[in-house]
Amino acid sequence: MAKSKVEGSGSLRNAFGGVLSVFILLLIGVLAFSIRLFSVIKYESVIHEFDPYFNYRVTQFLSKNGIYEFWNWFDDRTWYPLGRVIGGTVYPGLTLTAGTMWWLANSLNIPLSVETVCVFTAPVFSAFASWATYLLTKEVKGPGAGITAAVILAMVPSYISRSVAGSYDNEAVAIFALIFTFYLYIKTLNTGSLFYATLNSLAYFYMVCSWGGYTFIINLIPMHVLLCIVTGRYSSRLYIAYAPLVVLGTLLAALVPVVGFNAVMTSEHFGSFLVFIILHVVALVYYIKGILTPRLFKMATTLVLTVGVAVCAVVIAILIALVASSPTKGWSGRSLSLLDPTYASKYIPIIASVSEHQPPTWPSYFMDINVLAFLVPAGIVACFLPLSDASSFAVLYLVTSVYFSGVMVRLMLVLAPAACIMSGIALSEAFGVLTRSIKFHINNFFVDSHTNTPATAKLGDSTSTESSVPHQNVVKSDTTAKSEVVKKEKVARRKQKKEKELTENALVKPVPAKKEKWPLVLPFEASFVSILLLIVLGGLYVLHCVWAAAEAYSAPSIVLTSHSHDGMHVFDDFREAYAWLRHNTEVDDKVASWWDYGYQTTAMANRTVIVDNNTWNNTHIATVGTAMSSPEKAAWEIFNSLDVKYVLVVFGGLVGYPSDDINKFLWMVRIGGGVFPHIKEADYLRDGHYRVDAQATQTMLNCLMYKLSYYRFVETDGKGFDRVRRYEIGKKHFKLTHFEEVFTTHHWMVRIYKLKPQKNRIRGKSKKSKLGTKSSSSKQGGITRKNPWN
Amino acid sequence: MAKATNDAQLLIQSIHKAYAATPTNLKIIDLYVVYAVMTALIQVVYMAMVGSFPFNSFLSGILSCVGTAVLAVCLRIQVNKDNKEFKDLPPERAFADFVLCNLVLHLVIMNFLG
Repeated sequence: MAKSKVEGSGSLRNAFGGVLSVFILLLIGVLAFSIRLFSVIKYESVIHEFDPYFNYRVTQFLSKNGIYEFWNWFDDRTWYPLGRVIGGTVYPGLTLTAGTMWWLANSLNIPLSVETVCVFTAPVFSAFASWATYLLTKEVKGPGAGITAAVILAMVPSYISRSVAGSYDNEAVAIFALIFTFYLYIKTLNTGSLFYATLNSLAYFYMVCSWGGYTFIINLIPMHVLLCIVTGRYSSRLYIAYAPLVVLGTLLAALVPVVGFNAVMTSEHFGSFLVFIILHVVALVYYIKGILTPRLFKMATTLVLTVGVAVCAVVIAILIALVASSPTKGWSGRSLSLLDPTYASKYIPIIASVSEHQPPTWPSYFMDINVLAFLVPAGIVACFLPLSDASSFAVLYLVTSVYFSGVMVRLMLVLAPAACIMSGIALSEAFGVLTRSIKFHINNFFVDSHTNTPATAKLGDSTSTESSVPHQNVVKSDTTAKSEVVKKEKVARRKQKKEKELTENALVKPVPAKKEKWPLVLPFEASFVSILLLIVLGGLYVLHCVWAAAEAYSAPSIVLTSHSHDGMHVFDDFREAYAWLRHNTEVDDKVASWWDYGYQTTAMANRTVIVDNNTWNNTHIATVGTAMSSPEKAAWEIFNSLDVKYVLVVFGGLVGYPSDDINKFLWMVRIGGGVFPHIKEADYLRDGHYRVDAQATQTMLNCLMYKLSYYRFVETDGKGFDRVRRYEIGKKHFKLTHFEEVFTTHHWMVRIYKLKPQKNRIRGKSKKSKLGTKSSSSKQGGITRKNPWN
Repeated sequence: MAKATNDAQLLIQSIHKAYAATPTNLKIIDLYVVYAVMTALIQVVYMAMVGSFPFNSFLSGILSCVGTAVLAVCLRIQVNKDNKEFKDLPPERAFADFVLCNLVLHLVIMNFLG
């Protein structure tokens, strides 16, 4: 009777817990969505940065022309005159997802524009990502840890930085795909069901469609399989989790045009094939071990080893020869720069110049994952306490992502989910131990005063029931809440080894022979204070996340603001310049600028550009860089050969905008010099220092970038004081001979110049040739003007 | 040397004897796996003779054979009564999963075949 009553109350508790957790997850989704809306509130619903503009343009094309046109699209408005095959070089996941959402909303007669859908894709998918984190951590540790990890991920600043409303970039959907793929892998590993293995392959396919970082998955999972085999945790569930994924996954990856045959030919995938073979060998060995007697098995191993070693050596030698014959050993440049952090700076200056590819500084760890930096080690310990396949995977994921985040600051994003999972586990375990201690002390207090009170049974806590004699059998009842607590007890026990002896003496032990182990409790005051401190820690984390989201990561970087004593100034120069281009130039005019602005120019100004952010052709970028570094005539020649009509430079000297082209100029020189040897970086430096004031070198003062940036700059304040470089410029009064200024924005941030057409008649040349036979008379002596077109 | 060959013979005989004891349905699945792997090997030999253009067809052919072999092995694992991890899994469910996974695999193959 008592047992069924307790079971009834246990299932009621279960049901209540289930409803509560659904409600909590809904709230977490709303939280994840709304914390990313700061930029929309502070600025407007606009697409940020540079790369999202390209994705937005592709999505516009997709929504206007349909999927077949998109798949076969050859874009001739960029990388003039080479063009770019969009269908084959873009990761289609993000654009297809947003396009589907737009199409769905419009077919339901909800008139959302493409821009709105693009801006809000990232917050929606971050809500999905936190639910996926809940599912993943639930598989690793339990629902309590799952909810904690989900709420931590909803707010972690590192993820917010790449998924604010308006940041329409691949990572917005890719992180969700990453976590979901890992969840399905762990689920397959835990259940051994082929159904989940199929779903796992499909989720992996979505990940391959979305982001180039899918190579992380296809190398991490084989690493984990190898780890399981080596630590003796091979089981048939491991085979079911891994083998179908490799075959189906490779096929699905080869379906995506960007990856294509790279799925079987590049070194990034070889790890998975190698582990596939190793897994089959191990499976065969276990099978034969199962059907033979031990003596015969030993005979078999010696036989196979002697023969097999020779064969293996031959195969490995062939493989090594194949791989070593390619100069990069089959790895792509980006992957190599991850494995060897110094590779990019030596060989590929373009990769080295991107600020996202630099290694992070120590403070950026605290900025991006904050309190989690302390909780992660506790989580690692908690994962080891009952070490399962799933928790070993979580530890491996964390360790590898910490290494990669140390190489490239952009990959802090991959660290964020791992850190959230670990911290969720740690916090949930800590809360479990502390609340159980408090409950135990409170119940102990009651039990001392009453003997057989049924009130203790209602709590359903196995610690309280263990200490009261007649309710022993209740302990064995198996509601999931209780087994949860029992599991956590086993886990928490080793965490507080020191207090173990003290508390065991405090426990009342009526019956010595019991299946469950002793619960571990802390003193009442210590646990109460600890819970308070943990709540304060959580509060500090929330404060930091909201601050980071509002102040640090919400800037759209196409609109700038500054606060001064007379209010807030808005610098909308970029859009002003692109709008001018859009309305005052011909549709087919070509615009040359540094590659940073290519995507924005094609998306907002709708003009053909020479180079853009895709940076796939180093020589083309080097051509533009050389033109920017050359004197006016040589630059005009280069631009004329590319059919360029307008040149766009970004200049921050009037308002103090630090990311302008003069600050980026040395990279232009380096990249140009990498392909055209007559551009030497040393020519632009005075004593190794980069200066544009009176001490600058003549090459620097005569180059096109200097002239286009500082033309007529002296007219603004009479002295030519550059607010970014903080000194007066070197050459103040000069005229442009081959370019003419057509537009400068309100704060002089973007300046547009037009190439002057070549003169038809060259003055002075014909007269010179007529008088060539006679000796030059004094009449010509003082009048010959230097002709710039010679 | 003679001992090695003797050992090898003894080994092969005992493996043969132990394998004969497996149930018939498992043997059918094993036969299917062998057939799939044979097909894959024949395709590799053909590719070696004829050349690897078009590569996507070759890849999809090989991977469909390997894929269906792997899935059959997974089915065998789940249906095998000696496997204690899967004793609550009804064999019909295992077969349904096998069919579903094969459907997805062959859909992808059809798409990739070119």
